Amino acid sequence: MDNPIETVVNESINSEHEHYDPERAKTGMWIFLLTEMLLFGGLFVAYGMYRYMNYNAFHTAAVELDVTMGTINTFILLTSSMTVAMALTAIIRGKKILAMLLVGVTALFGLFFLINKYLEWSAEFRDGIYPGSPVLDAKPPGQVLYFSLYYSMMGLHGLHVFVGMTVLTFMLVFIARDKITATNYAKLENSALYWHLVDIIWIFLYPLFYLIR
Amino acid sequence: MSDKTTNIHGIGYGTYLFIWLTLCGLTALTATVSGIYFGAVTLLIALIIAISKASLVLNIFMHLRFDHYVFRVFLILGIFTLLSIFVLTYSDYLFR
Repeated sequence: MDNPIETVVNESINSEHEHYDPERAKTGMWIFLLTEMLLFGGLFVAYGMYRYMNYNAFHTAAVELDVTMGTINTFILLTSSMTVAMALTAIIRGKKILAMLLVGVTALFGLFFLINKYLEWSAEFRDGIYPGSPVLDAKPPGQVLYFSLYYSMMGLHGLHVFVGMTVLTFMLVFIARDKITATNYAKLENSALYWHLVDIIWIFLYPLFYLIR
Repeated sequence: MSDKTTNIHGIGYGTYLFIWLTLCGLTALTATVSGIYFGAVTLLIALIIAISKASLVLNIFMHLRFDHYVFRVFLILGIFTLLSIFVLTYSDYLFR
């Protein structure tokens, strides 16, 4: 007969290791996502107010943006959201290679997005539109505000895409090393949640900056 | 709570593909419609389409519809906080 205290201790140790609760990690992730929502929310508040106060200037300034580039980037991010969601289904169904492929493709889409952003900003810089440039400073204050918001919000979003890509690359390695499996996929699920949030922020940035005509 | 996680096991590739097609359709719609002048409702139309797209991503891609209800409560609280900030800031600017 075992020592009863030992039995209790062993049970608690075992339950500590065997009781897997992905909801706990997901709860933390959602709370983090809400703080991200408020971070961008503050910028959207500024955008809304300044647009209201400089209605015509915002419309004039928005003409300078490359709508095609913005639309292509929208499709890229929407597709990447789908592939990362599919990657989760794949890992749950035990399709390790497919999951790795889908996570890799998602990170690649992130890279394509940033390359497009680079080309877009390069073209705008060539036209002399960048924060503090003489061309921009000569424009009316409303247009300067529009471009300040454009560069800060797009820049912050781009930074999030970069972070998301880095996180997804780690997830790729975790899947390869069987740290993420069909029964232990919280890491991938939470990374996917982050990636989807980055997509949602873009869903709002796209019409507010590109589609004002 | 953990029993609820089993729900996301049921979502297949087909569902995601269908949602992706809908999202692409809505993007094409908002890009096309933006070229037409509707006056003051132009922004409203763009925002309604954006909110529809965001809710599809939240409900299906982020599994809110299939997950435990507490995550929906989180989101509603977040949106409510954000809306309060919007209303307070705008009322301050517009009526000072």
